[in-house]
Amino acid sequence: MSELQLKSQRFRREREADWRRLEALVTKAEQRSAGALSDTEILAMPVLYRSTLSALSVARATSLDQALIGYLESLAARAYFFVYGARSTPLEQLAAFFARDWPAGVRSLWRETLIALLITALGAAVAWGLIASDADWFYAFVDPALAGERDPTASAAALRATLYHQEGSDGLSFFATMLFTHNASVALTAFALGFALGAPTIILLLMNGAMLGAMLHVFISRGVGFEFGGWLLIHGVTELFAIVLAGAAGLRIGWAVAFPGDHSRLEALSGAGRGAGAAMMGVVIMLMLAGLLEGFGRQLIGNDLVRYARAAATALLGGLYFYGPRPAGAAR
Amino acid sequence: MTAVDITADARRRQRSLITPEGIDLRLEIASVGQRLAALIIDMMIIIGVIVLFTLAAGFVFGSMTRAGEMIAVIWLLGLFLLRNGYFLAFEMSARAATPGKRVMGLRVAARDGGRLRFEAIFTRNVLRELELFLPLSAMLAAPLSGGGGDVDGWIYVLGLIWCAVFVFLPLFNADKLRAGDLVAGTWVLRTPKQKLLRDMADDNAAHQPNLAFTPAQLDAYGIKELQVLEQVLRTRDKPTVRAVADRIAGKIEFTRGDVTDLEFLRAYYHAVRGRLESRLLMGRRRKDKFDLS
Repeated sequence: MSELQLKSQRFRREREADWRRLEALVTKAEQRSAGALSDTEILAMPVLYRSTLSALSVARATSLDQALIGYLESLAARAYFFVYGARSTPLEQLAAFFARDWPAGVRSLWRETLIALLITALGAAVAWGLIASDADWFYAFVDPALAGERDPTASAAALRATLYHQEGSDGLSFFATMLFTHNASVALTAFALGFALGAPTIILLLMNGAMLGAMLHVFISRGVGFEFGGWLLIHGVTELFAIVLAGAAGLRIGWAVAFPGDHSRLEALSGAGRGAGAAMMGVVIMLMLAGLLEGFGRQLIGNDLVRYARAAATALLGGLYFYGPRPAGAAR
Repeated sequence: MTAVDITADARRRQRSLITPEGIDLRLEIASVGQRLAALIIDMMIIIGVIVLFTLAAGFVFGSMTRAGEMIAVIWLLGLFLLRNGYFLAFEMSARAATPGKRVMGLRVAARDGGRLRFEAIFTRNVLRELELFLPLSAMLAAPLSGGGGDVDGWIYVLGLIWCAVFVFLPLFNADKLRAGDLVAGTWVLRTPKQKLLRDMADDNAAHQPNLAFTPAQLDAYGIKELQVLEQVLRTRDKPTVRAVADRIAGKIEFTRGDVTDLEFLRAYYHAVRGRLESRLLMGRRRKDKFDLS
């Protein structure tokens, strides 16, 4: 009986228990999570993985049992993704994101951020100039549904009323939610559109700037500019910066597609996507905060100076977080 | 994946991924059809959850005043979270696959073979907005808004063409990458679970003295034919077994006597595999029967 056995049969019989054990571990980790494994199982995993890999290369070289090779290939691939995939828990990844990846992503986009800021300012300036020459241009830049009573025909008193409008707590949560989902969708689209060489992103930024410019003109020409500033900036510092950042991330992607430099387009794209992706995750968080500020903070804080103070504090803290100097050890 | 199934198509979709240990994992790229099927399953789950939540919210808050607002908040936020969070959460898990992908045996992986980072998953799913939801809403919005002259019609057509570039991108590159995969540096692979099947050489337990083959008889076939024979033995379809046995016996001019077809094939499989494997050890891999090395 035993001399009848092929070497490959004996090989399989000797090692099979290890493979089964690895398969059980991988299945357990996949079905629940890496946390479901005990310490001994975690320690056993890489050892079993390496022994399976070596078995795979032996089997490829010496065995003609197709079922065995197929099984080992699929098992080795599953274990590979586990061993080299889950190096940190989601909580650690989250901590690393806030401590390092997010500010680093934002900082790496500084050039694009400046450009996006300029484009927004350009949109605002153009809208301002056009409305100054003919007030009807206002309707070309601002969606009537969003404008409400804030159009060029409104009186200063009516405009002032919209800034301190107390809707009570009624409808606030809906308002905040709507603002957040709307802004987040705009920001995500601005980023995604960067893939089309950045042109649609620029248009979106211009339109956003134009809307800002139109609103500014309406309020400042009526002499309620100071109050409007407070109304806008309390959430606008966060929100406008978030949208500018989203545009910047989109521009970075578009730039990588158009001018990949020394790398291939694929490499340039995925390289640009890495930093921009981290910044974009931050943008969504910022928009969520801005939506809360806009929906609740602005409606509940009526004093201009408090609004300005709140905005200044946000700008200072945000600026320090993103661009402030860091201890050398923290930079990776 | 058995030898018989490895067609030219599957070989074209094979990619090598060298592990740090220096072994090629030979991964398989998911086809567009498999990914579409996975997406359809995921979308059906998302839509089902939205419908359920809307009904549940209506049921719970229906009696309260301001029920409309609560439902609207849940709906807006839920839709946003589901649309963006569903893919994120599932692809972050150890399996790196949404339920739809799991059903199809697919998973997301980093193209450079390294760790699949959270940013990459986020990026590839944000671009889904551009590839899927934007074209969908464009397609639905334009005809509904109605009115519009010729200009609107043309803009609509141009917009559709523009969207189509992104939608059909995976069809036009060898790795089936969609825009999100391009930017995030990921790809979608097929890693189906595979059971360890029996070794067909184990079946040849009873040694039959009248089933001895000469070296010339064993040299009639190569590895490819051996793997076809393995498949035949595995499926054990009677007419096929008979036909194959007759064919082989004829070719190697072997008189079987009273041995059954199956016994003959098992013994021959065992003997040929032993011979080919021992030659493999000497570094000679005989591809098929035409390979005379």
